[in-house]
Amino acid sequence: MLAWTIYLSFAGALLQAVLPKGKAGLARWLALAFAVAGLALAVAGFAAGMGQNRVIIIDAPWVPVMGIHYLLAADGISRVLVLLTGLAAVAGVLFSWNIELRTNEFFAFYFALIGGVYGVFLSFDLFLLFVFYEIAIVPKYFLIAIWGSTRREYGAMKLALYSFVGSAMVLIGLLAAYATSGSHSTSLIDLAHAGLPVSFQMWCFPLVFTGFAILAGMWPFHTWAPTGHVAAPTAASMLLAGVVMKLGAYGCLRVGIWLFPHGLDPWGFTLLGFIGSWRDLFALLAVIGIVYGALVALAQTDFKFVIGYSSVSHMGFVLLGLVTLNQIGVTGAVMQMFSHGIIAGLLFAIVGRVVYERTHTRQLAELETMHLAKRLPFAAWAFVIAGMASMGLPGFSGFVAELQVLVGAWVARPWWTVGAGIGIVIGVAYTWRALQKAFFSDRLPTPDEHPKTGWPPFAAITWPEYAGVALLTGVSLLVGLYPRILLDTIEPAVKALLAGGGQ
Amino acid sequence: MNYANLFLVTLPETALEVAALLALVMDLGFLRKAALKMRVAVAALLGVAGCGAALWTLQCTAGAGISFNGDLLLAQGGFTAVAQAGILVLTILTLLLFIGSTFTRHAGEYVAVVLMAAAGGLIVASAQDLLVIFIGLELLSLGLYILTAFAKSSGKSAEAAMKYYLFGGMSAAFLLFGFSYLYGISGSTNLHKILLESFYSSASGGVPLLYVALVLIAAGLGFKVAAVPFHLWAPDTYEGAPAPAAAFIASVSKVASFALLISISTAAIHLFDGVREMRFVAFTLGTPPKYLGLWIPWSLILTVLSAASMVVGNLAALAQISVRRLLAYSAIAHAGYILLGLAFFSHSNSCANAIIYYILTYGLTTIGAFGVVSVVEHAIGSDRLDSFLGLHKRNPLLAAVLLILFLSLAGIPPLVGFWAKFNIFAAVLGVSAGPVPFALVALAVAMSAVSLYYYLQVLKRAYVMPAVDESPIKAHPVTMVVLLAIAAAVVVLGCFPALLQGWIASFYPSM
Repeated sequence: MLAWTIYLSFAGALLQAVLPKGKAGLARWLALAFAVAGLALAVAGFAAGMGQNRVIIIDAPWVPVMGIHYLLAADGISRVLVLLTGLAAVAGVLFSWNIELRTNEFFAFYFALIGGVYGVFLSFDLFLLFVFYEIAIVPKYFLIAIWGSTRREYGAMKLALYSFVGSAMVLIGLLAAYATSGSHSTSLIDLAHAGLPVSFQMWCFPLVFTGFAILAGMWPFHTWAPTGHVAAPTAASMLLAGVVMKLGAYGCLRVGIWLFPHGLDPWGFTLLGFIGSWRDLFALLAVIGIVYGALVALAQTDFKFVIGYSSVSHMGFVLLGLVTLNQIGVTGAVMQMFSHGIIAGLLFAIVGRVVYERTHTRQLAELETMHLAKRLPFAAWAFVIAGMASMGLPGFSGFVAELQVLVGAWVARPWWTVGAGIGIVIGVAYTWRALQKAFFSDRLPTPDEHPKTGWPPFAAITWPEYAGVALLTGVSLLVGLYPRILLDTIEPAVKALLAGGGQ
Repeated sequence: MNYANLFLVTLPETALEVAALLALVMDLGFLRKAALKMRVAVAALLGVAGCGAALWTLQCTAGAGISFNGDLLLAQGGFTAVAQAGILVLTILTLLLFIGSTFTRHAGEYVAVVLMAAAGGLIVASAQDLLVIFIGLELLSLGLYILTAFAKSSGKSAEAAMKYYLFGGMSAAFLLFGFSYLYGISGSTNLHKILLESFYSSASGGVPLLYVALVLIAAGLGFKVAAVPFHLWAPDTYEGAPAPAAAFIASVSKVASFALLISISTAAIHLFDGVREMRFVAFTLGTPPKYLGLWIPWSLILTVLSAASMVVGNLAALAQISVRRLLAYSAIAHAGYILLGLAFFSHSNSCANAIIYYILTYGLTTIGAFGVVSVVEHAIGSDRLDSFLGLHKRNPLLAAVLLILFLSLAGIPPLVGFWAKFNIFAAVLGVSAGPVPFALVALAVAMSAVSLYYYLQVLKRAYVMPAVDESPIKAHPVTMVVLLAIAAAVVVLGCFPALLQGWIASFYPSM
């Protein structure tokens, strides 16, 4: 059933591509129908998979000469991320309801991207996963370059090249793993059992992990993320932050950590006295990412850049959770992928769609003079809720996720927790600052800024915006208040994965 | 040698030559007064029919090839048959593209030259003897020089042909010089005998001359496949030649030349397969062991050419503003990837298959790319990057074809270009997973990441940047059908990579 999410999305992309031009309304409703159908499949698959371990969906030979299989399967991690993709896809369609330029082409690229993302989360063959991973790159470029804003061509090209360099590193690593294993199967399950030589894992792991982590926004390879997010149209930033960055993190976990478990072993010597393995190094980069992303977010003057850098910071938690290698930390990382996907989507939707479409500026200094709390109360309160979720207040999904990552990090190495904790504190600060400046400032406009005839009223909030905000806040609250709904599915899968591939 | 047998083996070539003469007779004899469109269509269709007949005879003549005094002259079956079938199919596509073009009034002559060059390609692909190789190469090359110059009203075309001819003549001289050394050393013109002889003669100290011969041959063949540093003709020729001719040069001639390189490498590797243990022989105690034979130096030369082509081709392509020149540098880069496969060759079929797979799919894609360029160029009058501005509005179908073909060239899955690269890299690592092949594969993958940038430059203009002029661009219906068929093939073969692999494998006798 879950496999149909992939086919449905590609069918949607194809249908949109051949749709006659100038029928924007039809394109939108079709897009919503396909996205909702995808979400329905994802929810059904999630519900059906509760309490189950890995289920093979389809296993057919694809390139028999090289032992590549068209192998789709789902375990708890996949199901949760497929669910996230479904949610993000629906919300993205709702928040791109105002796209008038080449609407059908927009949704064609949009669904090509969604289809690729579903594919990655469901592939259990090394090269099938890579194929879907690459399919997701190209639509991103066009979504940003055609429908984007601020420096869109630069942002789009930078993102495409970073992604492609990352995937080149991954491909080199995968080819090496294929050649070294000598196995005649490229199924991840078989390769995880193949027992690659430790010395090989030692150099192949960082290559593959870094390649994937580039897309997860790991410091110092994160610079594509803020420029890309800012340049992207709202729906594309929601997808970028919501699911595309998760592709990278998922690759780190599913391929990096699962296939090369010994790549994380100690080197036998230490650098600077505390980096004794790739694990320590990547944890250090993750902590730097958390703190650095938060600090830079604190200094931004563009509202969307604040959210862009906050994504870097939050993705740092995911990477930190992954390298803790203990049950609670990795579970937290998967939870954080889900949670950040929802919350970042919400934040980008409010900043890029609800506010920007009415104020036509994202500069905090200009927003300060507009008294948005009074004039756009819906946006203000939606942002308050999203901001609280983003800070990790109890009751929202972010709290559960970050808490688990912090506990996992404490178990692994206490100093990681200290760094990440500092990041959380700064996180509160930058969210607060953005909230205050954008919505609740009482700074009056200077006389020449002030319109003589009073403020023109903003356009009313439309139903897709209400629906989108309600959907995302609802999910974040639901998961925050009753985290077991996801944890019951994630935990057994993480356990199996950390145990080295056994069921 | 039995002449009846020779005739049977060369039936495909004969079919092509007969079709060439028929096209000439029809055009010059019966259609003198007909409209140009009609003449072009009739000539092209005759050519297509000839290629079809050749394909059919190819099916019928599957045998052991033809020998003279026990030495193999023309091989058959295996990768030779695949390459020959590929040459014929790609020739058909370029002939169909010719139907929509208007650069010449000499339709019959054009088709005849294309068919004769294709016949040369068939010979090159199967030749196992130095003389036959040289005759095939010259037949192919002379055809290509003429095709390049075919747009008589264009100064660029003449200039390109002149450059191509001068470079080509020089490289043929190098090749012949190298061949003469080989003959002088081994006393034979048969590839297999030469390699056996060279093995013994290198044991008795004739090595330096052999190496000189190898370098000369690499220069000659490197010119044919446009490997750096013998690539200088490619950008000018691709830019100046009429589009169908450029497509022919970029596809058919490449397939033939790479098939020849596979023949040479196969001959070399087969020999050493038998005497693998004897490659290093210490003659007397105390002197270092001495390497016998040609494989390692040959492989070294190919490695150098490969790395240079990958780096120079991709980096130079970044700076191009003419799409044809961009395609030329990308062709150089692609030649680099293929040469990498040749440098790490093995006796198993997987390497030869990967190379053939690559060159066939690359030929297919590049013909499509030149088809798109020719349509745009015809409408706008230039092949600058900016001619592609707003193509998605001016002709959405053409823009979609361009998108698919260029992404395939960049190696984005699930298009066929990805599997081509993937097969080669996997084959190289399958032969040897040491640090050197691994580093080269890493270089190749990194360089294909670079290549995405310049392919996106073209796509960016077609899809992203605003159009200056939004008037629709019309393509000839036949051209459009061919381009759509190529794009569909690129997608289908990419989604089901086993189709083409299975087809290639079906040419080998089952083991």
